[in-house]
Amino acid sequence: MALARPEKVQLFAEGAVSTLRLIVYLTLAMIIMVIDYRAGYLQALRSFSSRVIEPAYRIAGFPAEAARAGRLAIATQQHLAEENRELREALLLAQVRLNRMAALSEQNERLKVLLDVQNNLGLGVRLARLIDIDLDPFRHRVVLDAGASQGVQVGQPLLDATGIMGQVVEALPNTSVAMLISDPTHAIPVTVERTGLRTIAYGTGAIDRLQLPNIPISADVKVGDRLVTSGLGGRFPAGFPVGEVREIRNDESGMFAAATARPAAALDRSGDVLLLQDLPQPMGPPVPGETAPAAAPTPAPVEPRP
Amino acid sequence: MNRQRAQTWLYISSIVLAFLLQLLPLPQALLPFKPFWLALVLIYWAIEVPERIGLGLAFLLGLAGDVLAGELLGEQALRLVILAFIVLRFRSRLRFFPVWQQSLAVLALLLNDRVVQLMVRGFSGEPMPSAAYWIAPVIGMLAWPLVFLLLDDLRARLRAQDP
Repeated sequence: MALARPEKVQLFAEGAVSTLRLIVYLTLAMIIMVIDYRAGYLQALRSFSSRVIEPAYRIAGFPAEAARAGRLAIATQQHLAEENRELREALLLAQVRLNRMAALSEQNERLKVLLDVQNNLGLGVRLARLIDIDLDPFRHRVVLDAGASQGVQVGQPLLDATGIMGQVVEALPNTSVAMLISDPTHAIPVTVERTGLRTIAYGTGAIDRLQLPNIPISADVKVGDRLVTSGLGGRFPAGFPVGEVREIRNDESGMFAAATARPAAALDRSGDVLLLQDLPQPMGPPVPGETAPAAAPTPAPVEPRP
Repeated sequence: MNRQRAQTWLYISSIVLAFLLQLLPLPQALLPFKPFWLALVLIYWAIEVPERIGLGLAFLLGLAGDVLAGELLGEQALRLVILAFIVLRFRSRLRFFPVWQQSLAVLALLLNDRVVQLMVRGFSGEPMPSAAYWIAPVIGMLAWPLVFLLLDDLRARLRAQDP
């Protein structure tokens, strides 16, 4: 069958295959990339076109949502009863812990008042759900169902029940994108809980592995050591679990020890996550005076890997 | 005229579907296996109805893909322009290949696309991805007969419906 040629000449018609046009478009693409890389216009464009993007995300996430709902609908009675019992136990346990925590926190509060500490770190959190879509298999980003109009800001830490998951890198009006700590371009300042050794945990691109590439060779780090956030850099609050050391070896140069850790948070399983509402106070050198408020900028905790 | 309209609908909906498939969640273990659906659909339409696919359209689709994925703006645009250019150049040959030969050509195209992506990411200072990065083109090759036969069949049906 002969090709049905349209009567009108189309906007992007044939004859477009000249090398000149190719060069023009390639140059255009490169210019856009360079401009975007330097100035980050994509963010502006994305928030501008969020009316279209967000529904697309919801639609793309719909099959997974439907599958989950379907699974829930046909789950057997026994399975549900079992799950119910497990959850009850977990709740009881959590309640006990909470009570103890409440007592401790109360005591803490009293001590703080005694010490006249003005800024008590009340941690406000909000619950968010992951929208189940995959932006790129080789970058560890997740999409949350809360955005700027729900008060989400870029930089907010993301937690689940067991540890730090990552941080918000982009807030659209009704959704936001967060980078997980396992992303190869993410780094988080940590301390070893047992010894207080400070270091930095980098993401590796594998969902179950973090990397601590430069620990002094004489440092006291053992397999099984817990890593918690150090609070340095001011992005993540101090004292939240990040992971557990799994393996220690010498790096290639022999100058440092390199450790591998497993993230504490269930990065690939969590469905509901917590967003820390109040950003932690920056910990840095004290501001010298009221006249120089910009004198204590803290280093950004997320630095691109060389 | 009606046939034209039905064709247009098929054309638009296949591209929209490709965008959605691109965002579709998969289990962690299957993630590296996700083919570049947009490229497959683009290759199909470039081979079959080249009047509709020009470099400009490939560029715009790529920009849309970039905005959806939130990556570097222009990355997919560059990749799709290169892809469309090669397909349109060799269209007359590709068109009369048997499906298995077309699949091999698609594999070559997708591997080339991966190399282009690697270059772009290298320039923007990202680390080298793991070996699993190279699996997706092979899956794309395996998916090609499916995409080709499905779209071809749909088009044939649309043609047959009209008197």
